[in-house]
Amino acid sequence: MTAFLHNFVNPEVLQVALPLILEGMRVTLLLTASILPTGILAGLALSVLRTRQSRFLNFFIVVFADVFRAVPPLVILILIFFALPYLGVQLSGFAAAWLGLSLVLAAFSEEIFWAALTSVPRGQWEASRATGLGATATLRRVIFPQAIRLAIPPLTNRAIAIGKGTALASVIAVPEILNHATNVQAQTANPSPLTLAALAYLALFLPLVVASRWVESRFRWKR
Amino acid sequence: MPLTAPGKEILHIDGLTKAYGAFQALKGIDLRVHEAELLFLIGPSGSGKSTLLRCCNRLEEPTAGTIRFKGEDVGERGVDINQLRRRMGMVFQSFNLYPHLTALGNVTLALRHALSQPKAVADEAGRAHLARVGLGEKADAYPHELSGGQQQRVAIARALALSPEILLMDEPTSALDPELVGSVLRVIRELRTDGMTMLIVSHEMAFAREACDRVAFLDAGEIVEEGPPERIFEAATEPRTRAFLERLQAR
Repeated sequence: MTAFLHNFVNPEVLQVALPLILEGMRVTLLLTASILPTGILAGLALSVLRTRQSRFLNFFIVVFADVFRAVPPLVILILIFFALPYLGVQLSGFAAAWLGLSLVLAAFSEEIFWAALTSVPRGQWEASRATGLGATATLRRVIFPQAIRLAIPPLTNRAIAIGKGTALASVIAVPEILNHATNVQAQTANPSPLTLAALAYLALFLPLVVASRWVESRFRWKR
Repeated sequence: MPLTAPGKEILHIDGLTKAYGAFQALKGIDLRVHEAELLFLIGPSGSGKSTLLRCCNRLEEPTAGTIRFKGEDVGERGVDINQLRRRMGMVFQSFNLYPHLTALGNVTLALRHALSQPKAVADEAGRAHLARVGLGEKADAYPHELSGGQQQRVAIARALALSPEILLMDEPTSALDPELVGSVLRVIRELRTDGMTMLIVSHEMAFAREACDRVAFLDAGEIVEEGPPERIFEAATEPRTRAFLERLQAR
């Protein structure tokens, strides 16, 4: 027990780590808050483009979604941060993490929105088109409001997963929670900062999880 | 050869063909619908009745043939199909009401976003159309709060709101419990009295006998026989028509 306390709840180490972890929380929050809107909106835009049923466009959308869902996000971050400079694109760690995780989130949200849009019954399209509403108005006024209810639960889950996934940015020197924690752990040869990091993630993402429940219940069909 | 006193032609269908791959759903349909006429399309399932109806506003694209709506070629390249569809109301077997909108929202959606009417104007018109189908009190109800018969009447009000020149109805009572059928038929009867032109796919034979002007019997993608209801129901000349009507009566 004392060994556990010494290694994971060491007061001296925690004291060193606390201000750095707090600073890391700020970066994690900022990174997550930048990724969620770009990733979700890009995914939405792609799914809407896909409803246009252009064979050419759809091919690229499907390839994009499949590739970015298949490759581990960590690999994508490393490639963007370490490989792109050779092609003349030098991104900061923060920008690389934002870009990489936004792309991953876009790929997943595109699939989520697409599944939701296509699961609205065909009769809804027909009823709307039969009253002379165009494809865009039908999508916006009839299909989307129904699809969003189906998309919200998987979307909030994915948003939480991507938010936690910002921990991956620690390997490309983004000074977020885990990056600071592992630095202090290395300097002090004591893993207590990880306990603090776990608490920091809990403090950031538990409210998000609770908020997602509220959003899900708000968008549920009234019965 | 229309058998009732022919009013102005609303719908003029010539040689309409619809193929799904090798399957011929419609094999050269010729049909006229005249102003203020109530025309019933009957026939066994799979005979092409719904396909015929859906070709009229191009929910299905015809393979060949022409459909003229008040002289205008519906299938012509460059035709404003949205504009044409506003003039042809459609009612579906499964209602297809928008579940996220109230009855009034369902009726006014196209008024507001296809005709760009201001909300107050659209709402007033929407309430009037709901009142016309006997649902003035239900404007704020959501579809799931309504019975099947009420839902179908909201769908009729939604189609009527655009002041269409013809109503296309695809089995409007087939999804209803028997005791709710009457309320929808009552609305159709009133529309007929008001002079609405209607093309209805239906199996309500008793209603057809009593209320419609003309019956066309479809089988295997062809119009086998058409005429006034008395003649079709009492003295059909084609064996296929007789066999179909006998099967129905045997139920």
